[in-house]
Amino acid sequence: MVDFGFGLVPSSRMNLDLFDKEKYEELAEIEPDVRICMACGSCTAVCTAGKYTRTSLREAIEDIKNAKPEKALEMLRACQLCGKCSMVCPRGINTRHLILSITKVYSAK
Amino acid sequence: MKNNILIIGGGPAGLEASAQLQRMGYNVILIEKDSVLGGHLAKWDRLFPDGVPADEVLSGLIHGTEGVKLFTETEIRAINRLEKSYNVRLTNGITVLSDAVLIASGFDLFNAVKKEEYGYGIYDRVITNADLEAYFKNGSDKRIDHPKRIGFVHCVGSRDEKSGCRSCSKVCCATAVKQAIEVKESFPDAEVFCFYMDLRLFGRHYEDLYLKAQKEYGVRFIRGRVAEVSENIDGSLVIKAEDTVASKPLKATMDLLVLMSGMRPSVSGKAVGDLLEMTVEEDGYFAVRSGIAAGQRSPLPGLFLAGAATGPKTLPETLADARAAAVEIDRYLTEIFPDARNYKQLVRERW
Repeated sequence: MVDFGFGLVPSSRMNLDLFDKEKYEELAEIEPDVRICMACGSCTAVCTAGKYTRTSLREAIEDIKNAKPEKALEMLRACQLCGKCSMVCPRGINTRHLILSITKVYSAK
Repeated sequence: MKNNILIIGGGPAGLEASAQLQRMGYNVILIEKDSVLGGHLAKWDRLFPDGVPADEVLSGLIHGTEGVKLFTETEIRAINRLEKSYNVRLTNGITVLSDAVLIASGFDLFNAVKKEEYGYGIYDRVITNADLEAYFKNGSDKRIDHPKRIGFVHCVGSRDEKSGCRSCSKVCCATAVKQAIEVKESFPDAEVFCFYMDLRLFGRHYEDLYLKAQKEYGVRFIRGRVAEVSENIDGSLVIKAEDTVASKPLKATMDLLVLMSGMRPSVSGKAVGDLLEMTVEEDGYFAVRSGIAAGQRSPLPGLFLAGAATGPKTLPETLADARAAAVEIDRYLTEIFPDARNYKQLVRERW
């Protein structure tokens, strides 16, 4: 292999056509609040785990909607379910139940 | 003596102001360039935030104008200011000597063809908010055939200096959310996306509408302006945008794309303004008399403005503006106008 001095990285573009509607509806069935997030970032701002690791519920919800569920799971891996996010969410989302539900639905093969 | 008042424009603002002034006992003459009254309201199906039929609201407004002298398919041929009044020659041959004139010329919808990158008029399945309302009203449009994925593009001809439209059109966010709910009702299996820069849901109940769209209808809101649209061989559309919340570019295939055309100053209203050399601001809408409290007074004495002639407004705002204009006109005609000797001084002091 000739070394050209540079490599290629995979495209960062998201493809909404890959969105798994059935799985998302399965999640929305057990935790309907996933629909009402308005991406304000309050949860991420107060996240205790997020201070030291890449943890963000807001991003996890986005990742699911943007057809990247594996990234969502990674984003929630370090969550300790302390529940601070549920105290600040302006839409009153039951964040702990949402996190558990995301893990449950998207970890299942 | 009953003063003559000429009202230009038979949309919601003109109709409401006519009704109010007629009740006050003035002699109201209303002219409308189209053959039907109602302006854009006559072309709309349902109204945000509650989804009331536009027909109902319009027939209520028209009902209130009983006794008003109405001329449809009539425009202004010439208008000039006499010492205190306006001498107006209409295209139907009638001349009116009017003590006050109200311009309620409304707005035009932005011509979506100008945003070529969205492909309106080029791709079959790109339509506008007005086309969608016409579909809801008439029940058929060959471009709308059981779409599975529908995208709404906010800010088409709004907040876009490239197309000469810097300002926000104010009503399109709520309209898009309303229409997103309505298409979801028509096509329950469809996925619906709204591409926005900011969601400006400022009015009473508007935020409830937004929450309802998310919660009950599963409408997906993506922050990012659609940058370009292209067409697949099967007629479906590929859109490109950035999800600015995720900081990633995205693409998605849509079966139908709805462009939220914004409000532009009325071209025929501008023609009337030109006859009077009325001041137009940089945004193209008529200037009101200086000062935040000037309300519906124009810089010219006896000449008033109401509705979207002075910038984008929602329907309730337009109606409130029309009622306010009626009060201002009444004040002018009772306090300033009758005092022939001191007219000029009073205009200087109180206009």
